[in-house]
Amino acid sequence: MKKLYYLWQFMKGNRALYIISIGAIGMATFLLFFWPMILRVTVDSIIGEKALEAQGWLKPIFTGAFNFFGGRSGLVGKLWICSILLIIITLIRGIFLYFKGKWSAIASESIAQRIRDKVYNHLQLLPYNYHVKSKTGDLIQRCTSDVETIRRFLAIQFVEVGRAFFMVGFALSFMIPMSVPMTLVSMALVPFIFGFAVIFFIKVKKAFQLSDESEGRMSTVLQENLSGVRVVRAFARQAHEMDKFDTRNCEYRDLTYRLIRLLAWYWSISDFLSLIQIAAVLILGTFWAANGVISLGTLLAFSTFVGMMLWPIRQMGRVLTDMGKTMVSVGRIHEILDEPTEEFHDDEKIAVKGKIEFKNVSFEYEPGKPVLKDVSFTVEPGQTVAILGSTGSGKTSLVHLLPRLYDYTSGSITIDGIELKDIDKHAIRKNVGIVLQEPFLFSRTLKENIGISRINSEDDEIFEAAQIASVHDVILDFQKGYETAVGERGVTLSGGQKQRVAMARTLLMNTPILIFDDSLSAVDIETDAAIRAQLNRRARKATTFIISHRLTTLSEADIILVLEHGKLVQIGSHEELVNQEGLYKRIWNIQNSLEEELETELEKNNVKIGINK
Amino acid sequence: MSVYKEQEYTKRFDISLWKKLYQFIKPYKKRLAVLGFFMLSLAGVDVIFPLMTKYAIDHFVVPQNTDGIVAFGVVYFVLILLQSLNIYFFIAIAGKIEMGISYDIRKKGFKHLQELSFNYYDKTPVGWIMTRMTSDSTRLGEFISWGLVDMVWGVSLMIGIVFVMLFMQWKLALITFTVVPVLVVISLYFQKKILKAYRKVRKINSQITGAFSEGITGAKTTKTLVREEENLLEFQEITTKMNRSSVRSAIFSALYLPVVLTLGSIGTGLVLWRGGSGVILGAISYGTLVAFISYTVQFFEPLRELSRVFAELQNAQASAERIFSMIDEKPDIQDTSEVVDEYGDITECKKENWPDIDGNIHFKDVSFGYKDGEYVLDDFNLEVQAGETIALVGETGSGKSTIVNLACRFYEPTKGEVLIDGVDYRKRSLLWLHSSLGYVLQTPHLFSGTIRDNIAYGRMDATKDEIIEAAKLVNAHVFISRLENGYDSEVGEGGSLLSTGEKQLISFARAILTDPKIFVLDEATSSVDTETEQKIQDAIHKVLEDRTSFIIAHRLSTIRSADRILVIQKGKITEMGTHHELIKLKGYYYRLYSNQFMEERESELLTA
Repeated sequence: MKKLYYLWQFMKGNRALYIISIGAIGMATFLLFFWPMILRVTVDSIIGEKALEAQGWLKPIFTGAFNFFGGRSGLVGKLWICSILLIIITLIRGIFLYFKGKWSAIASESIAQRIRDKVYNHLQLLPYNYHVKSKTGDLIQRCTSDVETIRRFLAIQFVEVGRAFFMVGFALSFMIPMSVPMTLVSMALVPFIFGFAVIFFIKVKKAFQLSDESEGRMSTVLQENLSGVRVVRAFARQAHEMDKFDTRNCEYRDLTYRLIRLLAWYWSISDFLSLIQIAAVLILGTFWAANGVISLGTLLAFSTFVGMMLWPIRQMGRVLTDMGKTMVSVGRIHEILDEPTEEFHDDEKIAVKGKIEFKNVSFEYEPGKPVLKDVSFTVEPGQTVAILGSTGSGKTSLVHLLPRLYDYTSGSITIDGIELKDIDKHAIRKNVGIVLQEPFLFSRTLKENIGISRINSEDDEIFEAAQIASVHDVILDFQKGYETAVGERGVTLSGGQKQRVAMARTLLMNTPILIFDDSLSAVDIETDAAIRAQLNRRARKATTFIISHRLTTLSEADIILVLEHGKLVQIGSHEELVNQEGLYKRIWNIQNSLEEELETELEKNNVKIGINK
Repeated sequence: MSVYKEQEYTKRFDISLWKKLYQFIKPYKKRLAVLGFFMLSLAGVDVIFPLMTKYAIDHFVVPQNTDGIVAFGVVYFVLILLQSLNIYFFIAIAGKIEMGISYDIRKKGFKHLQELSFNYYDKTPVGWIMTRMTSDSTRLGEFISWGLVDMVWGVSLMIGIVFVMLFMQWKLALITFTVVPVLVVISLYFQKKILKAYRKVRKINSQITGAFSEGITGAKTTKTLVREEENLLEFQEITTKMNRSSVRSAIFSALYLPVVLTLGSIGTGLVLWRGGSGVILGAISYGTLVAFISYTVQFFEPLRELSRVFAELQNAQASAERIFSMIDEKPDIQDTSEVVDEYGDITECKKENWPDIDGNIHFKDVSFGYKDGEYVLDDFNLEVQAGETIALVGETGSGKSTIVNLACRFYEPTKGEVLIDGVDYRKRSLLWLHSSLGYVLQTPHLFSGTIRDNIAYGRMDATKDEIIEAAKLVNAHVFISRLENGYDSEVGEGGSLLSTGEKQLISFARAILTDPKIFVLDEATSSVDTETEQKIQDAIHKVLEDRTSFIIAHRLSTIRSADRILVIQKGKITEMGTHHELIKLKGYYYRLYSNQFMEERESELLTA
């Protein structure tokens, strides 16, 4: 029920459109019933010689029209008037049908668009942590196929439900006044036909699912074969792969064929029932008409009604079962929308100089498992801070606090003396440029990828940022240069190139605070050094945080922080730390062992050569 | 890129294409004939029903006589039964043909894919091939079976109706038919428009999927760049476009029905007017009038189906064209027919004729380029002794992988030749070489299934003990035993349930089980924990013993243990020798070694 309410919420703003489009289908259905009635009057009272017979609420309309055109004597020579009426009614009905189609499309498409936009934006505003934990495939599935299920329901089936109700309702109100026994005959099998449809589509769900799953398994084998083509060839397993695929291919074929056969049963039985219903009306009607109980026109009207009614009723069985699917989709979409988003106050603007102070900062992802413990340090504007620590020591968590991707649990972080938690998230993120460990590039051109971080960025600025990140020349070497699209076939950026493009993108933001989260790990040492030299030459030097384990990078920093299990164990400059026992010194000592190693290698060689002499 | 965008096909009807398709239709000729028979029967009964109504009116209602109504009921019931059977059989048979044809296409396609060379895989995205093998083959099967159903039923029903009408009252019939040509033209026009609009919607739909996928995977980056607003605006642009074209497409459909209904009602109106007058004059019976009215209504359904089939013909042709573009692709690397005669092919290999491999590999004046005119290797020479371990170092794109690919005959030299044990390998079969090959990739690829299946991949007849032995040899046994189901544990799709390190160990075990003469190792750079790392190193050393091996190496311990180290730069060997010799040279290798030494030690310290 709650899901129905959600669906109702989604329909906000388009409800009126739905109501009138259901109204339109009501009108169209209503008019549809007129043409058997016209046929009846024509056959009975114009061609035939019976007095005009119209019962109940239809009486004034038909007698009025009949007399207007001059009664039987007037109409018998002008049968074309009946034809024109028939055509006009169909035309008006067509206009209603057209508007029903148009309005329900406008309504359902704009609802679908609203859901899409809403989900998209909601996902963007969900906290960083949500995206760290989320399963991408599942989310994409929800955003695409679940939205599509809802859309299809709203566009086609929702209105169909209305049609079936109108159909039965109008049929009864037209049929009962004409002949109660004939009405009973006409409706005799309808509940069975409807029930059979509902039961069948519930039962056959399993078969649908089996077929879908087997198709999935077949695709998996295919996918694995294609992506593992090297392994297949290197082990010469083609024959085996063909057998494996054939098994799945057969399975899919057989399970789907089973489903089709079930459907064949459904349609043949359902058609059998429907045809029996039609036959019952025809034969009993004929019997009564032959005995003069009903007129020929009445018989024709009933035959036509039954024929019109059965199809929407059979469809209903399907619609009702599909409704279950739609509700599941609504629920899955709402699971996303129910997640609380981050809060922003977009009007806020701040000018940051870059002085940062951590005072007894602690942070935990889950209560009771602190990742950072009691960290305190101060950084002056323009200083470079290098962070060293083993995996899981809290380096990344520490830098993630600055752009408020996460909020610290206790203690205080101030930027230019202002408490970080009091600064709006958007405002601070515009002032803290961070290059993530595994940067994501968008599937656009390289120029757009760099320029994406600042609206209306000039080409020159983009090139400059790329130059600082030492990727300008690399890009120019590509056949299409800056117009090369990321992900395009044949052009694959190496890990280091991706990192540098991401870096250029962040540099273009020109933020007073910069963070590199191990973002030069895939870049070779020489390029790494060149980039840092360029950064230092920048006019307005940003307060910079670098996570790295490269000695050269570390040693050039103004302040080096050494983290161990979330605690700040050492802090100081290169000169200070190199004389203290600790991780930094151990790293520094590797250099010495390399030199020793090389020397022994060279000596060994000399000895060997010496012997050879 | 442009080649692999979904192309627009505007061709009308391509006879040569359908001739090619005949190979897939041929096995179902008999079934299709039976299907055609049922469709004829179906249409026949459809034509008879209004005649039954006519009979009822003219024989019972009008003369006010009920004699024989029971017999009439029985006949009607038999017709219903017949029609129900027709429906069951036509759906079942068409389903059988549909699934059969798409099965055959997939089977043939898959076999062909096993023969295409890497060159093809390099330039063709996996997604593209997947679509050919799934939706295109499905669509083709669907079109051939259900298209035939609609066509035979539609045409025969229409012809049946026309004949019956002409037979009953040719004058009235001719008057009624005046609306038909207009109906045909309009139906064709609309169905084409509807399909085109629908295709456009589908295209935009895939853009939306792309945008969602990028929005979700890039959400973290978006946050750091504060680009939420711009992203939303861009996204809204696509969804607005989607909204507009979907509504447009729906409007076409919404317009079509009323137009056709109104035109149809003109036909009915004509019948009522002229036919009704005929009844009054006594020239036409009531029953005939009623039957005529039924037929004018009935005429519209097959017409709509037929025009839909014609519109879809284009789509089916496009699918067929794409499938054939794949199936007709010639493999670049193929055994000559003499070689196949002597040594067999992938479905039937003549192992008894295969000579043993020692493992001497000789590159003789080899030149090679992936694209025409751009040589990656130029006049490359190298002789490798059986049992020797060669380490290849150099930057990305220097040609290391190319050398290995050529040695494995995944590619063939553009110029020059590669000799194995002194014979050009093109004179032997591909399978012969590949069966003696052990290959461990940088990114280990496992197949869904159990660990046992994966290790035994290279040798299906391996016993349980042999599998365990192989696993033990590469230090994989311990972690496998710790798993709940041991060797019968599922590895997940692509091995996703295992860590990279574990996958790597299994891929070593898989390679070692085949006891290859030639071994290729594309070493992973991805960092695994120190313990696993040590295990992998041990595994490598065991695997390499007594085999001719090529290693694209990054780790010092692997490089150092090689018999020969080659530094490859721009497709040339710039330095060659043992570790000691190259250190002494103080060139590229010396620098590489120093840097690598630092990095490895640092990461040891930091991940310990």
